[in-house]
Amino acid sequence: MEIEQLEKVAAQVRRDIVRMVHGCQSGHPGGSLGCTDLLVALYFERMKLNEKDGKVVFDMDGAGEDLFFLSNGHISPLLYSVLARKGYFPVSELATFRKLNSRLQGHPTPHEHLEGIRIASGSLGQGMSVAIGAALAKKLNNDTSLVYVLMGDGEQQEGQVWEAATFAPHHKVDNLIAIVDLNGQQIDGPTAKVMDNRDLGAKYEAFGWEVMEVEEGNDMASVVKALYEAKSKAGHAKPIMIILHTGMGYGVDFMMGSHKWHGVAPNDEQLAAALAQLEESMGDY
Amino acid sequence: MKKYTFTEKKDTRSGFGAGMHELGQKNPNVVALCADLVGSLKLEAFIKENPERFVQCGISEANMISVSAGLTIGGKIPFATTFANFATGRVYDQIRQSVAYSGKNVKICASHAGLTLGEDGATHQILEDIGMMKMLPGMTVINPCDYNQTKAATIAIADYDGPVYLRFGRPVIPIFTAADQVYEIGKAWMVSEGTDVSIFATGHMVWEAIQAGEQLEAEGISAEIINIHTIKPLDEEAILKSIAKTRCAVTAEEHNRIGGLGDSVAQVIVKNDLVPQEYVAVNDSFGESGTPAQLMEKYGLTAADIVAAAKRAIAKKK
Repeated sequence: MEIEQLEKVAAQVRRDIVRMVHGCQSGHPGGSLGCTDLLVALYFERMKLNEKDGKVVFDMDGAGEDLFFLSNGHISPLLYSVLARKGYFPVSELATFRKLNSRLQGHPTPHEHLEGIRIASGSLGQGMSVAIGAALAKKLNNDTSLVYVLMGDGEQQEGQVWEAATFAPHHKVDNLIAIVDLNGQQIDGPTAKVMDNRDLGAKYEAFGWEVMEVEEGNDMASVVKALYEAKSKAGHAKPIMIILHTGMGYGVDFMMGSHKWHGVAPNDEQLAAALAQLEESMGDY
Repeated sequence: MKKYTFTEKKDTRSGFGAGMHELGQKNPNVVALCADLVGSLKLEAFIKENPERFVQCGISEANMISVSAGLTIGGKIPFATTFANFATGRVYDQIRQSVAYSGKNVKICASHAGLTLGEDGATHQILEDIGMMKMLPGMTVINPCDYNQTKAATIAIADYDGPVYLRFGRPVIPIFTAADQVYEIGKAWMVSEGTDVSIFATGHMVWEAIQAGEQLEAEGISAEIINIHTIKPLDEEAILKSIAKTRCAVTAEEHNRIGGLGDSVAQVIVKNDLVPQEYVAVNDSFGESGTPAQLMEKYGLTAADIVAAAKRAIAKKK
């Protein structure tokens, strides 16, 4: 897909995110908006997805297709919007987000059999381990497709992340592309103040990863380029880590760059102000 | 009372190892994972024949559980193995989110459960694992009684689609079940029929219950002994059928009295058919260092304790 088209999809996804969070007056808009360009680039451009008659089809095993795991499950509005816009389930279902009897739980889960979701996440630090398991299964099955996992930068404070970071290079899990959303914010404030991760890239390098730093994580062309570069590095005995610099709340000016919009819903007035900044390119749900 | 004899003693963990060896040969999707305890889990034969299907995780149990969950995506049947303490308490959240809530076909296989690992002491003697695991929706909890049953259960759970907690141990104990048994998850095993008291035992305590049954018989008391090898799903029908006849119950387990088999049986009794029940279990405490036999005696988990509990239960009958 052309960069311009991907940007239009991203604008619609951002509309979905703020409308979903507004609709239930809960959820996490900040990280969702910041990672929108990445997920749109993955699902609408980079990932090889199983399709039938021009439509995506979902089955749990995902044989022969690239897989994506969301470890920082709180940015579920983004994942739900992208999956719906890609055609995994009806876009109208986005209106049920975080409401009773919905398949769109506050944090993603396969428990409600929502197409596109393969693991529950929300309790942080587990997703990279899960992605490693899925990558190992692909190797055992002689399946050459790739496994992606996205984590938050605050999430890097979880100990299990570093168990997984040690494991993947040791076992040469080179069909794994992990991404850290480096927005520098977490619930209690700037990450550097709450619990400084220091130089994440250097850390992963020391653990034996192939590390890429991507400074423009909200520039679609840069993100797409980085994803293809990462793919070209796969299969060379090392797992790949993309440190993706993003802005929390990117795309809505008053939400940008502050931890205050990590987990707060906009009111009616703020919603209108946000939507005025985002093109309705695919039709609202 | 039905007579049980034995010619050999073995540890239940070796039954697990033998089951894994057989699974390695017959089920190409079975993958074994271990957190630096290959010898303790008796995985050598499986690893020797299937090196590509063994994943050494190092001392990183949390990662091991979540990697196991990921392996199911792609059709693998992961058997995640370590000591019971590190397989449950240490990784409860990983099991809860990545395995149980996600509905993943992971087999959590835990050795050195209970007091009988002995000298290592309380840090390693988990007595709360049955409780933690049975509280998870969708989790199957199995605690087989001897080498043969552990081997059969290991093989059986590979054919069952869903998360399983399989609990076994370190001490050598008599082999008294059949080598060719067919293991049925959730189906209690009638060890010996009786009329005066029902003894529901699990794991290592089944052999103690048999010893207790013989002592009771010598005193003119007829005990019905039932092996509850599957604590969840619980064979409620077998329990109700037995207490309908005997009108009192004893439960015996190498576990805290809170949250274990005893409480599961009590729920069935309270809801359906109120009869007296006595617990043979650890009395809400941690363990300590000692030989397995010394510990079982000090913490009240011997045949003599089951005999005493049976008499108390009978005395309470209306």
